[in-house]
Amino acid sequence: MDNELRSIDHEGLGTLFSRWRAGGRRILAPRRENEKTDFAEVQAPGEACLDPVQTAQSAKSAVFPRVEELFAYRRRDGLVELRERDLADLPATVLFGVRPCDAAALAGLAAILNWDTADRLFSARREKLAVVAVSCTRSDERCFCTSVGGGPGARTGSDLLLTDLGGGGYLVETVSDRGRALLAGAEDLLRPAAGREKDKESRLARVEKRFDPERVRAALQSLFDDEVFWTEQSLRCLGCGACAYVCPTCACFDIQDEDGRRLRCWDSCGHALFTLHTSGHNPRPLQSQRWRQRLMHKFSYMPERQEALGCVGCGRCSRACPVDMDILEHLLAVAEAKP
Amino acid sequence: MSERDILQPLPMRIEKVTAETPDVRTLRLAFADEAQGKAFAFRAGQFGEYSVFGEGECTFCIASPPTRRGYIECTFRQAGRVTRALADLETGETIGFRGPFGNVFPIDDWRGKSLLFIAGGIALPPMRSVIWNVLDLRDRYRDITIVYGVRTVADLVYKDELAGWGKRPDVRLVTTVDPGGETPDWTGETGFVPAVLDKLAPSSRDAVAVVCGPPVMIKFTFPVLARLGFAPENVFTTLENRMKCGVGKCGRCNTGKYYVCKDGPVFTFAQLKGMPQEY
Repeated sequence: MDNELRSIDHEGLGTLFSRWRAGGRRILAPRRENEKTDFAEVQAPGEACLDPVQTAQSAKSAVFPRVEELFAYRRRDGLVELRERDLADLPATVLFGVRPCDAAALAGLAAILNWDTADRLFSARREKLAVVAVSCTRSDERCFCTSVGGGPGARTGSDLLLTDLGGGGYLVETVSDRGRALLAGAEDLLRPAAGREKDKESRLARVEKRFDPERVRAALQSLFDDEVFWTEQSLRCLGCGACAYVCPTCACFDIQDEDGRRLRCWDSCGHALFTLHTSGHNPRPLQSQRWRQRLMHKFSYMPERQEALGCVGCGRCSRACPVDMDILEHLLAVAEAKP
Repeated sequence: MSERDILQPLPMRIEKVTAETPDVRTLRLAFADEAQGKAFAFRAGQFGEYSVFGEGECTFCIASPPTRRGYIECTFRQAGRVTRALADLETGETIGFRGPFGNVFPIDDWRGKSLLFIAGGIALPPMRSVIWNVLDLRDRYRDITIVYGVRTVADLVYKDELAGWGKRPDVRLVTTVDPGGETPDWTGETGFVPAVLDKLAPSSRDAVAVVCGPPVMIKFTFPVLARLGFAPENVFTTLENRMKCGVGKCGRCNTGKYYVCKDGPVFTFAQLKGMPQEY
């Protein structure tokens, strides 16, 4: 696809936000609240906070909420009435200010949730979502997007990709038809910027490539039965599941009934209860097996079954871990292990 | 209505409740909506998600055979929140059902072969569908042997059907109870399933075996089958990993690169040998 390079200044972006909202679109963007920056609805670009390398939570809740109603039920006269979720009122949404890693993660989520049978709720939300990513001009030691096929200015998964040109507004790359639709009628706000690719390059954060995912995959398979390795790797793990809750591609869920509604809630393979049978038998009774499952699923099983990596290198799990387990260190240990 | 949500159950009416043992029940279910009932089709080995609204869902194999139309049955032990709630329900009440999900026993490939069914405890129900299925198509198969072991006589399920199978000249039924589990009038075997199987020594010639039971029974039965000459690809089992969605999304039953809900629940022993023992 041709790369329709344009630029927009801050005022123009403000006008664009107004037009998107006037067109019935809700805008989600990183917003700072106390110490944390997370995605929330904004009215204007000035409310968005793009300073942190990453939001604490990923943007996945825009398409896969932490808790969502699957349907409602009501008992009446011994019968049960079910009320299907009405998807017509899901708002058209612009997801503004996600990093390229989070934009790429949407494909990983879809790979799981739409595998074989489409997930009705996820697909309905995804269909109404336009992704306006902003390239990374900064990174930190937790970032490793370039090791898993991404990059600080990568366009995969974005409909528009913006790059902060430093004081002078943004470079705008149109990546998809959905992105083109976002800019329909906005010619007055855009200026041609053909040939400014190198301005983008010079602004991008440097993220060193640290490992080859193919090497990790092969190593994981040969390490599978190495109990000593997995025990050492997971000794610190509390099984709290924080890594899964902040992960942009973790899609495991639980189903629970509450107050007349059947709910789908995020879950984690790191939790001891995740696989526990009613009989008391647990196929993965040890935290070492659960940590192994997390890495195997993302770097071995998903590539094999869903032809997608389950990791985009955003580094959130490492930042969120209460005992400072850094996934990059663990992946390097896998890649370098001599089984 | 737009495309149906695969996570939303269809209402089914309880037509009959059978108390198999003090804590095991069989429910016969029919779709509340006649058209849904007519459109419903499944094959032996598949499972469903059964809902008690307000309590949640649980997973059981369909225990009735596809050769009996117009209803399905499930048999469960009261063990957790949903099964306890299910056990409180009576004829005429409504539950939810999603399914059928998962793969099937390849009974067409078994034509002309002898069939050996080995069940332990509450694992006869997941095998009952395929047993009745082949009995309803009896002339397609050679010898049919059923070995069923439980802890005590009181734990036997489907007692009437066992009596019926026991009387059939075209079925060889061997029931056994663990040592100490017998009653004075017990006429079956006494001993653990692997030992009883070893003594029975059924032929593996042109035969397949289906084994289902607690992990410890499976563990000691596979070597006996191997000694009898059953090749791993001719030994089938059905796995019972914890599930929520039943359709390969929630991640719970993921075992190696397989999903028990999609790639199973029916696996051969040859397949199990290539999987991590996370089941």
